[in-house]
Amino acid sequence: MLSEAINRRTLLKTAFVAGGGLALEAIIPLPVWAREAAAVPATLSAFVSIAPDGIVTIVSKNPEIGQGIKTSLPMMIAEELDCAWSQVRIEQADADAKRYGPQVAGGSTATPTNWLPMRQAGAAARAMLVQAAATQWNVSTEEVTTSRGRIFHEGSGRSLGYGEVASRAAGLPVPEVNTLRLKDPQQFTIIGQSVVGIDSPKIVKGKPIFGIDTRLPGMLYAVYEVAPVPGGRLLSADIEAARNAPGVKHVIPLTGNGDADQGLADGVAVVATNWWLANQARKQLQVKWDLPAAQGHSSETYQSKAEAAFGAGAGEELRRDGDPSAQMTSAVRRVKARYQYPFIAHAPMEPQNCTALYKDDKLEVWAPTQAPGGGLNMIQKALGVDPGNVTLHLTRMGGGFGRRLMNDFMVQAAAVAKAIPGTPIKLLWSREDDMRRDYYRPGGWHDFEAGLDADGKLRVFTDHFVTFSTDGKPARAADMGVSMIPAGLVAHLRYGRSMIPTVLRTGPLRAPGSNALCFVSQSFLDEVAVAAGTDLPRLMLSMLDGERREIKPRDGRGPPFDTGRARDVIEKVLQTSDWARKPQQSNRAKGFGFYFCHQGYFAEVVEASVTDGNIAVHRVWVAGDVGSQIVNPMGAENQVKGAIIDGLAQALAGQEIKVVEGVVQNSNLHDFPLARIGTTPQIEIAWVKSEKPPTGLGEPALPPVIPALTNAIFAITGNRIRSLPVQLKTA
Amino acid sequence: MKYKLHINGQVHQVEATPEMPLLWVLRDELGMVGTKFACGAGLCGACTVHVNGNAQRSCQTPVGAVRDAKITTIEHIGETAVGAKLQDAWLKVDVMQCGYCQAGQIMSAAALLAHTPRPSVEQINTAMAGNICRCACYNRIQTAIQIAAGMHEDPNHVV
Repeated sequence: MLSEAINRRTLLKTAFVAGGGLALEAIIPLPVWAREAAAVPATLSAFVSIAPDGIVTIVSKNPEIGQGIKTSLPMMIAEELDCAWSQVRIEQADADAKRYGPQVAGGSTATPTNWLPMRQAGAAARAMLVQAAATQWNVSTEEVTTSRGRIFHEGSGRSLGYGEVASRAAGLPVPEVNTLRLKDPQQFTIIGQSVVGIDSPKIVKGKPIFGIDTRLPGMLYAVYEVAPVPGGRLLSADIEAARNAPGVKHVIPLTGNGDADQGLADGVAVVATNWWLANQARKQLQVKWDLPAAQGHSSETYQSKAEAAFGAGAGEELRRDGDPSAQMTSAVRRVKARYQYPFIAHAPMEPQNCTALYKDDKLEVWAPTQAPGGGLNMIQKALGVDPGNVTLHLTRMGGGFGRRLMNDFMVQAAAVAKAIPGTPIKLLWSREDDMRRDYYRPGGWHDFEAGLDADGKLRVFTDHFVTFSTDGKPARAADMGVSMIPAGLVAHLRYGRSMIPTVLRTGPLRAPGSNALCFVSQSFLDEVAVAAGTDLPRLMLSMLDGERREIKPRDGRGPPFDTGRARDVIEKVLQTSDWARKPQQSNRAKGFGFYFCHQGYFAEVVEASVTDGNIAVHRVWVAGDVGSQIVNPMGAENQVKGAIIDGLAQALAGQEIKVVEGVVQNSNLHDFPLARIGTTPQIEIAWVKSEKPPTGLGEPALPPVIPALTNAIFAITGNRIRSLPVQLKTA
Repeated sequence: MKYKLHINGQVHQVEATPEMPLLWVLRDELGMVGTKFACGAGLCGACTVHVNGNAQRSCQTPVGAVRDAKITTIEHIGETAVGAKLQDAWLKVDVMQCGYCQAGQIMSAAALLAHTPRPSVEQINTAMAGNICRCACYNRIQTAIQIAAGMHEDPNHVV
């Protein structure tokens, strides 16, 4: 380390690099909101280096899951460094929270967390290169300009490439962060351009870059059989037949640490020279399980328990504004409806897998994980291997949608590898394993009531939410934010909650909470709008009317809700979709949905048709506000379109996890269908650029499309869709 | 059983049980991991390869049934004119998000263009119906196929 500068906020360091050049590390405190979410540490780091040949190497620290972060974060650094994108090489970092800070692909947090720090890192490196050149030329830095990786002195016509001054720059003191000048967005040459994903050229050629592609000398392949109900304990296993099956090298019963959710589940590993042989041999295992009591943990029983909960009262009070019961009694008009949605699976295309090698008391892991830190904790807890003795390489992931925030596959691979020291093990789940061992998006039920004034104004709104619990608390990703819209927009409001225990594992799925809450609340508000003689966008606009205001979340968690930004996206989509103009055909209509989540504001309109009971989506209009700048429009548009089609598939493809006595009945993509190419609508996106810093896009575009669709179906058929997946009532 | 397989213009000798799907011969016996496993049941198309020029699901193709058929995989499809055009087009519009299914998508698209050089959107949808993209990059898959077929103007982009 040659020098460092400290100010109250940010620490910059240069480092010596063999072969010369400049290497810079910027260590930046996290914004307060991100610090809360990330626990430790409270800083993040950016690494950039410039080699004597001018090649700029940027370390990409976050896991790449298809959200494009491996391209977009380096774009921020390269922009302020003012180099050409073609000079940039990107290296994927290993997991190392102490070095890099939070390395999580989840919650659409990477863009807002990194927007300023990544640019500061680039600007700092640029400032040092400029200083080095100015010193060499004996001119003032004020006379020096940069463009596409070169430094110019206009007065003398001289110029130098970044590489030519990089070694000299490395010897300079690092600048004070508060002296760094960031570009005016008008000057951006990389941010805001459509940049092809950094791994795309490898992907189209089938290069081995995914977790499942990991290959090591002497590697064996493993499957891991677990109990059909989470938490089942291994009583006995007859492994003789499997052990004698072709290609099988090891059959290893493993006792876990009794934590089926965040630990190692009991199971039997079958390890062979080929994964297919391991999976074939597994069918010959005779395993006896001690299953947890799962009686009553069936889809149908859950349904009757939810109905019983509705009959038993209004649930534990989560939020009360004003005097909802009195206002409801005196309302001129009341609307009541119950909504529900099922458990659904993530079903990323790449099944869960992980490669591990245990040697000399150290573990080396290659993992497609969205949350590497969580995996290290699990390995420590279940296997007693200290994170300091684990090297964790982050691979590209074949999708995740939240599934890979959980690391059960990682601890399983590590456990099998630990049982066979010195032999690299690739653990891979079959699609059936992946479908049956998910942390599902929890199902839920809502009993809504709304009360209207004589002039049709929404005066009071109540919801009794029935959700699932684990150990008496809301199951993971099963709670309801007390800020669910229209909270804060209606004077009198009550949200209550009842809970049903579940043995299923649950977890976040793309736009967790919101993907279901938006469907139920925006559909019910559409019913309210119809009862009030208006339509949903007009009802929403009337609630958002008046002076622009920021509504702070009641529980203090998350960003405020800006009524102006909400209004702007709604008005935008009404305009782009030509909302007032109804489709000519009687079997076609438009529907509307709005939501705010993950700091993004999205309003969406769906044009659908119903023909002989078949629902088709023709067009979708999207208006979104994720701040002042779209970092990579090509990537951003893809995220939005993917989210729209994902949401439509949740509603229309027939996605529903069915459970009987704790055992998931779905097995593969025939009984948990995903969207296919033939159903793809035309999707038009309009960005509403507010003055706020840019925020993430992996999630917030998804929720509104579901009620936009179901509200369109109502407009066509009069059939109100109150349950997912959509089923039309037959006449 | 010993097999001589004609893959990507080369002969590969492998020893495998006849029932072993070609997918697992490619991935775990030969180390050609560009062909992807996703469902193992012929439902998603991620494992698509060409067998004598026809798109086929390698997870449903027992190695014992391959005999002397010519196998082409994603690692080699760029050597064909159609394959190279598709790979270029895929990058022009940057089709992919996670990218996991794209090997299978490109293999299905290559088989389509070999038989139907100028496909309509309906023909594209029919030919690609067996290939799931969980990230739902379907608009761009349609566009990229039409670009490769010379039917679409190139969009502006930065590389």
